[in-house]
Amino acid sequence: MYAVTVFTQLCIYAILTLSLNLITGLAGQVSLGHAAFFGIGAYVVGVLTTHGIPFAPAWLVGGVLAAGFGLLLGSISLRLREDFLAIATIAFNFVVVAAFLYLPYFGGAYGISGIPKPLGNAGFPLLVLATTLGVVWFHERVRASDLGLAWMSLRESEVAAEAVGVDVRRFKVTAFVLGTGLAGLAGGLYAAYIGVIRPEDFGFPLSVTLLAMVAVGGMGTLWGPLAGAFVLGGFAQAFAFVHNYQLVLYGLLLALVMRYRPQGLLGKLG
Amino acid sequence: MDWQTLSALAADGLAVGSLYALTAFGLTLVYGLLRVLHVAHAGVYAAGAYAGWLAFRGGGGLGWALLAGAGCAVALGLVLEWWFYRPLQGRSPLVALIGSIGLFVAVGDLLRILFGPYQHSLPVLPPRTVVGPVSLPQVVVVAATAGLFLVVYGIATRTPLGVGWRAIAQDAEMAAAVGVPLPRYTQLAFALASALAGVAGVLVGVYYNQVYPTMGAVPAYKALAVVVLGGLGSPWGTVAAGLLLGVVESVAVAYLGNRFPPEGVAFLAMMLVLLFRPQGLLTAEPQG
Repeated sequence: MYAVTVFTQLCIYAILTLSLNLITGLAGQVSLGHAAFFGIGAYVVGVLTTHGIPFAPAWLVGGVLAAGFGLLLGSISLRLREDFLAIATIAFNFVVVAAFLYLPYFGGAYGISGIPKPLGNAGFPLLVLATTLGVVWFHERVRASDLGLAWMSLRESEVAAEAVGVDVRRFKVTAFVLGTGLAGLAGGLYAAYIGVIRPEDFGFPLSVTLLAMVAVGGMGTLWGPLAGAFVLGGFAQAFAFVHNYQLVLYGLLLALVMRYRPQGLLGKLG
Repeated sequence: MDWQTLSALAADGLAVGSLYALTAFGLTLVYGLLRVLHVAHAGVYAAGAYAGWLAFRGGGGLGWALLAGAGCAVALGLVLEWWFYRPLQGRSPLVALIGSIGLFVAVGDLLRILFGPYQHSLPVLPPRTVVGPVSLPQVVVVAATAGLFLVVYGIATRTPLGVGWRAIAQDAEMAAAVGVPLPRYTQLAFALASALAGVAGVLVGVYYNQVYPTMGAVPAYKALAVVVLGGLGSPWGTVAAGLLLGVVESVAVAYLGNRFPPEGVAFLAMMLVLLFRPQGLLTAEPQG
């Protein structure tokens, strides 16, 4: 059913925006390579399940592997200033997509097709919905915890956070590991749901779209990323004619919101 | 490898590297003054290329195409500075960076909607050879770049404007306090950066005989890589890094063929530089 398909897609977007919000919205580390981790989770599930491994273990491996690469990027981020971090994450996205394209086993430009969908047409959307609710719960738990407070302190001022004893290095890396791991899980769900994945599905434009959803909605909040995923994602789904103008609209919207309401539509001024 | 092949690769590498340097120079200049990564610079470059193509289609030669490209790029660059970057000064650089990416995406996609998603050819120069393996477009690109950078060098070293830019880059507040007109000098920096990017866009179109909507994408990321390799905020390091990347890429593609994606390799190199020499390959001291 079309409505279910759209809703499932939007839930996957929501997992992605909430996970990006942990890194960028709460911990203040800009990431323009989030689609790469989504792709890592998707490709792990694609490769493993088409080689006869059941979905559940493949899904977990995808999440863990994405988190592993998140650990790597997080460790790199410790050495970089803000601007450099943004460039490094763009670079990471390109390297990962190039790896999907050029390494054997990943199917080149054709990607991987025939990925099996567990739980049937009715059960799988429920799994996606349950995962989304789980991520919402996790997001709120983290936001209210010491971890969330530590992230927000280093977002506001790293120097001040360090001065009051926050272990900046450890918390930055934790943000990357948790955010990218969740993006990997979203990728696994996407691969099994769509059945066909290609390298370009996980490119830089998707990273920009995700950052746009989070930033336009309102970074650091719960409703901002959710509204970004559902409103911006749903807008594109609801009006097919928009598809041709999707990128220019996202781009302009991003510029306009940053210019006139930098805290996002649902965000509060810090 | 024989002399003929080697010089052909060097000529191609120098030409491509010149184009990288022209594009990346503006990025470094703007970063030095505003501490903002002007990602939309690549949109300015693509818009310049299209303006050059329109001028050519309207019957102009290379000169008119370059003039139109530079003019359109300067206009767009100044509008972006006035509407976007200036009001966001003093906010978190993240805000300008994110919005700038939006602007870049919007400009590229607008070009696609206006002029179609396909390539347009720009056959201004016949690709005939001049000396040995060196072709006419290569000579034009390298000569134009060298001429432009000579002018830029003159501005940077011999005019109050150049001194002012260096003062702002070191300490904007102090520069303003001693009478450097910040807004006007910033505008002039955007004008120069955009003019170079517009010329680069037209020259890229001429060199590869094509302009297309997403042509800003690869140089956008490559210019970022070049800027990092040269040391962010170090203009002449950027020029050297651009030339170096062009030559290395051209040789690497000749040897490795299509087994490795050039973009992937460029970015892998960049990530290694970020990790081990974050101040850039050529700068001696870490940048503030």
